[in-house]
Amino acid sequence: MGRFLMIRLVQGLAVLAAMSFLIYGLIGLMPGDPIDEMIAANPHLTSADAQALRARYGLDLPITERYWNWVTAALTGDLGYSRVHSVPVLEVLWPRLVNTLILVGSSLAFAVLLAIPIGVYAATHPYSRTDTAVNLLCFAGISIPPFWLALMLIILFAVLLGWLPAGGMLTVGDGSLADRLRHMVLPVATLTLVTVGDYTRHVRAAVQEQLRQDYVRTARAKGLKKSTMVRRHALPNALIPVITVVALGFGTIFSGALITETMFAYLGTGKLIYDSIIGNDFNMAMVALLFVTLMVLVGNLLADVLYVALDPRITFSKRSV
Amino acid sequence: MSAQDPASQLTANAAGAIGRSASPLALRWRRFLEHRVAVASGLVLLLLIIAAFSAPLVEIWMGIDANRPNLLNRFAAPSARHPLGTDDLGRDFLLRLLYGGQVSLIVGLAAAAASAVIGTIIGILAGYYGGWLDALLMRLTDGVIALPLLPFLIILAAVDLARLPFVPDAWTTGQDASLYRIVAIVTLFGWTTVARLVRGATLSVRQRDYVRAAAALGASSGRVILVHILPNVASPIVVATTLSIGQIILLESVLSFLGLGIQPPTPSWGNILTNAQELIWTAPHLAIYPGLLIFITVIAFNFLGDGLQDAMDPRSVVKR
Repeated sequence: MGRFLMIRLVQGLAVLAAMSFLIYGLIGLMPGDPIDEMIAANPHLTSADAQALRARYGLDLPITERYWNWVTAALTGDLGYSRVHSVPVLEVLWPRLVNTLILVGSSLAFAVLLAIPIGVYAATHPYSRTDTAVNLLCFAGISIPPFWLALMLIILFAVLLGWLPAGGMLTVGDGSLADRLRHMVLPVATLTLVTVGDYTRHVRAAVQEQLRQDYVRTARAKGLKKSTMVRRHALPNALIPVITVVALGFGTIFSGALITETMFAYLGTGKLIYDSIIGNDFNMAMVALLFVTLMVLVGNLLADVLYVALDPRITFSKRSV
Repeated sequence: MSAQDPASQLTANAAGAIGRSASPLALRWRRFLEHRVAVASGLVLLLLIIAAFSAPLVEIWMGIDANRPNLLNRFAAPSARHPLGTDDLGRDFLLRLLYGGQVSLIVGLAAAAASAVIGTIIGILAGYYGGWLDALLMRLTDGVIALPLLPFLIILAAVDLARLPFVPDAWTTGQDASLYRIVAIVTLFGWTTVARLVRGATLSVRQRDYVRAAAALGASSGRVILVHILPNVASPIVVATTLSIGQIILLESVLSFLGLGIQPPTPSWGNILTNAQELIWTAPHLAIYPGLLIFITVIAFNFLGDGLQDAMDPRSVVKR
C-alpha cells in the first residue's frame, strides 16, 4: 500500500513537472508579452527602455533559464502576480477554486444520483420501452454541445419564462443564500445534463454485466427476490468500475465546467483560465491550469485507492503501476 | 460495405443455397441494417453532407452572396428570398448554415482521419511489441485522457504559431489557416480512443496461430503488422473513428464558439453562435438552428458508430 502510493505520488509529480514545463513553453509563444503591453500603454517608452525592462524582468533569458527561475520561486511559495488583477495569483485563485469545486461537486453528485437508479432500471428491463428511451436520452446527453444547451436553458428559463437569472453569482444588493442558490440552478443543471448520460450508460452496462454472472443465477435460484438481489449483490459490484469511470472523467467534467462558467458568468477557475488567456494574463492562466491539473491527478489517485479498497480481489501489489 | 469480391459473393450464394449463413461482410451489413436508428442516422448524415456541399449551387441558384453584409436588412424574418431570414449583418442565414456545415464536417472528418492514423500506429506498436514500449505509450494515452482537455486546447489555439520556426506558412497566414490549425490541435488529443481499442485488438490478434505461423516462416515484423494484424483490427478502427468524429465536431464547435477556432468571416456552426448569446433577446432563432445542427450531426455519428459496433461484433445478438 505504502509503496503503491509512493510510486503513484512520484508519477503524479513527474506529470505535473512535465505539464508545467509544457505550459510554460506554450505560454511563451503567446502573442504579446508583458513588455509589448507596456509599450502599447505608454507611447514614451523607447526600444532601449523596452530592452532594459526585458533584462530587468529576466525576459531576455533563454526559456529553460526562465522556467528554472519560475520553478525555484514557485517552490518557495512565490507563484507571482496576476497582471490583470494586480494581486498575487493565489489571492485570485482560491475563491475561484472553491466556486468551481461547489459547481463540479454538486453537478457530479446530481449526475451520479440520477445515473444509478436510471441505469439500474434500464439494465433490469432490457429492450423495454423505458430502456430504449433512456438509451436515446443518454446519446442526446453525450451529443449535445454544452454551450448550446446553456443557451437554450437561458432562452427558456431566463428569457421566456423569467424564472431564473441568466448568469452571474448573485443579484447586486441581495446576495442572500437563496439568491445565490437561484444563480446556481442553471449552471448546475447544464453541467449535470451533459454528464449524466455518459454515467447512466456505464451504470447500465456494468449492472448488465453483473446480472450475467453465476452468483446472480445462484442467488435467484435460491429464491432471493430480484429487487433484493440487484440492490444487495449486483449493484455494489457494478459500482466498482463506475467509480473508475467517474474518476477518470474529472478532466472531462472540468472542461464542461469551463464552458458552463463562461456561459453563465460564474466566477470559477475555468472562466478564470479562459479570461486570463484572452486577456494575456499568462502567469494567472498557467498557475490556475496547474492547480486544476493537480486536482485532477489527486482525484485519479483517490479513485485508484478507492478501487482497491472496494474490490477485495485486487491488491496493491498485483495492481500494475 | 456492399462492395464484395465475386468469390465471397459466390460463397455467400452457395451458403445460402444449402441454408447456411452468408459471408461475414454480408452478415455484418445485414446486422447493421437491423439497427434502425443507425441506418436512419446514416441517411441523415448523407443528407446533411449533400446539403452542406451543395451550398455554392444554392448560392448561384438563389442569386445571393453568402458573405456580403447588408446592414439595411438585418434580422429579416424568413421569406421566399431568405428561407431562414438573415443574421445580425443581414447575410442569408440558410447559406451561412450550409457553409458553416461544410467547415464543421471537413474539420470533423479530417481530424478523425488523422487521429485514426496516429491512434492506429500507437495502438499497434503498443499491442504488438508490448513491454516497456507498451507501458510508455499507454501511460501517455492515460495521461492525455485524464487531462482537463479544453483549457489545453484553448492554450494551444491561442499560441502564436509564427513564433515557431518549423511551422508551415499555410498554418499561420491565409484564409484557411484557422482550419489547418484546428484540425492539427484536435488531432493532437483525438487519437486516444482509437489507440486504446487498437491496442486491445492487436493483443488478441497477435496470439492467433496464423500470426505466429507467419512469424515462424520468417516474415518480418513490418510484414506481419501490415498483412496480418492491420486487416484484422480494422473493425475497432472504423468504430472508434466514427465515434470520435462526433466528439471532434463538438470540440471544434466549442473552440470556434469561444473565438479560438475557425475565424470569421469563414463560418462554422460554432462561430455562428459566438454572437448569439448577446442576441438571444432580439433574435433567438439565430441561436437555435446552428446548435441544433451540431446536435443532430453529433448524435447521428454516435448512433452510426454504435450501429457499426453492434454489426461488427460477432457476439452481439440482434434483439430489436
